[in-house]
Amino acid sequence: MFADKSEIIKNNKMIKSPIVVEMIHLSKSFDNNPVLVDINLVIHKGENVVILGKSGTGKSVLIKCIVGLLEPDSGILELFGQNLNDLNEKELIETRKRIGFLFQSSALYDSMSVRENLEFPLRRQLHKLPNEELNQMISDALINVGLEEAIDQQTSELSGGMCKRLGLARTLILKPEIMLYDEPTTGLDPITSKEISHLILDVQNKYNTTSIIITHDIKCANLTADRIILLKDGICAAEGSYSELENSNDKWVHSFFE
Amino acid sequence: MELFILYQANMNNSNSDTTLNSKTPLKSGSRSIFQNFFIEVTSLTIFTMRFFKEVLKPPYEFNELIKQSFLIGYKSLPLVGITGFIIGLVLTIQSRPTLAKFGAESWLPAMVAVSLIREIGPAITALIFAGKVGSGIGAELASMNVTEQINAMQVSGTNPFKFLVVTRVLSATLMLPVLVILADAVGLLGSFVAVNLKGYVSASLFFSQIFQGTEFNDLIPATIKTFFFGFAVGIIGCYKGYYSNKGTEGVGKAANSAVVIASLLVFIIDMIAVQITSLFQS
Repeated sequence: MFADKSEIIKNNKMIKSPIVVEMIHLSKSFDNNPVLVDINLVIHKGENVVILGKSGTGKSVLIKCIVGLLEPDSGILELFGQNLNDLNEKELIETRKRIGFLFQSSALYDSMSVRENLEFPLRRQLHKLPNEELNQMISDALINVGLEEAIDQQTSELSGGMCKRLGLARTLILKPEIMLYDEPTTGLDPITSKEISHLILDVQNKYNTTSIIITHDIKCANLTADRIILLKDGICAAEGSYSELENSNDKWVHSFFE
Repeated sequence: MELFILYQANMNNSNSDTTLNSKTPLKSGSRSIFQNFFIEVTSLTIFTMRFFKEVLKPPYEFNELIKQSFLIGYKSLPLVGITGFIIGLVLTIQSRPTLAKFGAESWLPAMVAVSLIREIGPAITALIFAGKVGSGIGAELASMNVTEQINAMQVSGTNPFKFLVVTRVLSATLMLPVLVILADAVGLLGSFVAVNLKGYVSASLFFSQIFQGTEFNDLIPATIKTFFFGFAVGIIGCYKGYYSNKGTEGVGKAANSAVVIASLLVFIIDMIAVQITSLFQS
């Protein structure tokens, strides 16, 4: 199936953009159970890549490897042209500052208020930031995700959708170059899911971030993906644009889009 | 050999939270109780070594240290104060008949003071501290682990070991001696109340007898050992919470085992401290 003209133009643009994530023969297993098998993947700057697959196929493991929470057993993983395994402690911290991670559970600091959740990464990364500037950044981040009125609330008072938004705001406040979304719409109603998907798109358009989105939500994938990768038993089973995969003759691939 | 390999693997992983896969503790798997015990001890030793490495390395988390000292120390004041008062009161009431039999009732304030300052105050306060603070730290860190808050900190470029573990262990180490001194003081007040329940003894006479019957040799070793008690409670609470299993069951287990192991360690440290003290005093 051929991609339409706009997709071809976009894909050409992507190819010209620098590579920000590259995986070469990446493998990872837990207790002799292979979770990722020989993954080869290249992601360009500004690209939105959606990773689809059934539960337990290694999607979350893949992005945890990218951010260094898990160590691959073999293969090469390069971020911004640097092999992750070659980085020392300080370099790894610096690299992590360029990556944002939205956890499936949002992972908000529950002992802190909304403001403190946003203040925490700022205070730690931008030590000498004046209070006025800090407040402005917090306010802007909350306006971006439509949570400006919740600034003084405790995280326990927020709904699931609001937690996702706050998690996103906290991740975006440091303006990362790569955003990793671990099932950003799971557990949300269709309207809120759509809002989150649009937020992901807005983020990409506004900051030209590279996004890797792990999801089961086909609507979210349709809205956000420049490219979709289908994982099956830890292997990259199919790759292409939404329309390419939707019209695939492969029964298994097609089953995701039914 | 297997233990050594596991030890080596963990040493490589435990350098810092910033290194890949560093939160993985030694895995116990399906081994004998004996092997699991040694793996646990090795893992705890590595965790403790890492604490000493991180505590000296900047940046220092002063704000978090003050916050934790407030939560761990100040918030424990009422519980420790009430317990200390009751211990002093009960100890006096229980000891009085025995001393009366020997006509040594006048020794009551000095005897209660020595017992409280040397042993009962530090030990009971440390056990209460293990129950309140040890379980609190264990449950808090375990729940942060379950909800991926520790991972979130790590991903945002913060060293969670330094921010969460170092500050809590330091606070527990510094706050317990203060709480023990308070418990001792309130315990003596309780003793004074108990003495006055049957008869009248003036405050000046009561406290002058205490000062005559006690020495710095009673206070200093007892205070020094409370630093070790505090450290044990803090490090065990953090270790259990930081390496807890996922799920709500893991939170409960972390809190529970933190209290049990910390309490046991308090007694072991106490036993060693008494031996060392008596060695010096003899």
